[in-house]
Amino acid sequence: MMNLDWTPLLLTFRLAAVTTVILFLIGVPLACWIAYTRSRIKPVIEALVSMPLVLPPSVLGFYLLLAFSPQHAFGHWLDAWFGIQLVFSFAGLVAGSVIFSLPFMVQPIQAGLQALPRSLLEASRTLGKSDATTLFRVLLPNIKPALLSAGVLSFAHAVGEFGVILMIGGNIPGVTRVASIAIYDEVESLNYAAAHFYAGVLFIVSFAILLLVYVLNRRVAGTVR
Amino acid sequence: MIALDVERDMHGAAGPMRLTVQAEIESGSFVALFGPSGAGKTTLLRMLAGLIEPDRGRIEVDGQCWFDAARKINLPAQRRAIGFLFQDHALFPNLSVRENVAYGAGRDDAAWVDELLAQTGLAALAARRPATLSGGQKQRVALARALARRPALLLLDEPLSALDAALRAQLQDLLAGLHAQLGLTTLLVSHDLGEVFRLSQRVLHLVDGRIVRDGSPAQLFLQERAAGRFNLRAQVLAVRREDVVQVVSLLIGQEIVEVIASDGDAANLSARDTVAVSGKAFNPMLTKVV
Repeated sequence: MMNLDWTPLLLTFRLAAVTTVILFLIGVPLACWIAYTRSRIKPVIEALVSMPLVLPPSVLGFYLLLAFSPQHAFGHWLDAWFGIQLVFSFAGLVAGSVIFSLPFMVQPIQAGLQALPRSLLEASRTLGKSDATTLFRVLLPNIKPALLSAGVLSFAHAVGEFGVILMIGGNIPGVTRVASIAIYDEVESLNYAAAHFYAGVLFIVSFAILLLVYVLNRRVAGTVR
Repeated sequence: MIALDVERDMHGAAGPMRLTVQAEIESGSFVALFGPSGAGKTTLLRMLAGLIEPDRGRIEVDGQCWFDAARKINLPAQRRAIGFLFQDHALFPNLSVRENVAYGAGRDDAAWVDELLAQTGLAALAARRPATLSGGQKQRVALARALARRPALLLLDEPLSALDAALRAQLQDLLAGLHAQLGLTTLLVSHDLGEVFRLSQRVLHLVDGRIVRDGSPAQLFLQERAAGRFNLRAQVLAVRREDVVQVVSLLIGQEIVEVIASDGDAANLSARDTVAVSGKAFNPMLTKVV
């Protein structure tokens, strides 16, 4: 057991943590926009956000691989202007993972905001507060359970991601070889002991995270009501 | 002085209709918007608050232009000096009573918040969350919060309709007192005649998006209506024969009343019919209750 390699697990959790933080920064404004906009393109944006729920990860991974590769316009532009190469790199994994987990962040927050009475937003406006103040002092504090679910679901989904990562990250130890890939790799080389180790850790950690969410949600719901 | 001249197409329960209102409202007056539901009272109030945009027209308050469709001016709700009381209170569940009130006040206005809490009788409840309060208490918090910004114009959207009669009377006194004390211009949406009578100096009677009558409550409701007889709408609950007379049980408001009818009248009546009950001025008995 001593010579087991912890790097894939650490990499997995680092990826999930970075993904979740970035998703909060993108997901909260996006969810607000979707929840309150009257724009005609709202259904288009909603459909795009939800695409990762129905697309096979390999489809998304394939297009991201093409988009990120330096031979294509977007990848070339990133490389030329910022010196960023997203293919077969950790940054690429984060980018793919953010896109792939987007619905898990946006949908709970959007649903939470839509469940709030509209008069809360209107009351805050008639009290002279900007929409940003309203968001941080009234709207978000009243959807804490939704924020918690969104964060944890995104994190858990990023931990479990396989297809997209295999397509755009490959299997580079210490860079893109996350636990889910490592399990596949170990099984292929008939190294069942190592596969058991990674699989077991993922199983226990995932269960523990979800359990924590449901316990916390019960408590938050208890104090709010 | 508020000068209103607004138009908006609405989708009412009875199909599309157009709200067209022109009115001038004196500063410091207490004006009731009275009328059946769906007449556009709340829409008009929300236009003044900046929560709904009129299709055409202009709104001017104390010489300041709040809305002008022709000049594409539409002051956002945040910049209109108003206090708005919502029917559902709209208290922030995550903030305490005191924090709710302080939210509307300026940063260094703790003394003003204390004064409002004292005036509305909430000082003892300051640390409580809205969810633990009764309906009347919630509406008092909402009132204190609406006043926290020191508005010149107070807009009330049927704030008391969910409360029972005793609480209503209490809150009506509070409203009347604060209106006078703070020199507010107040607009009250209501379809409760008693409330309108008790609070307002002027009534705008809205029907189907138009002001059909405009005057003091006494002018509108006493001189025009006060005839030598009264008419009540009632629902027939049952008709039964007792000895030589027909007894008709009627539901008038929440009271059940029995009336004697002739055979000919009773023959036309059956349960669930709606009838008009009229009486002459010399037969009702008056008993002072409060």
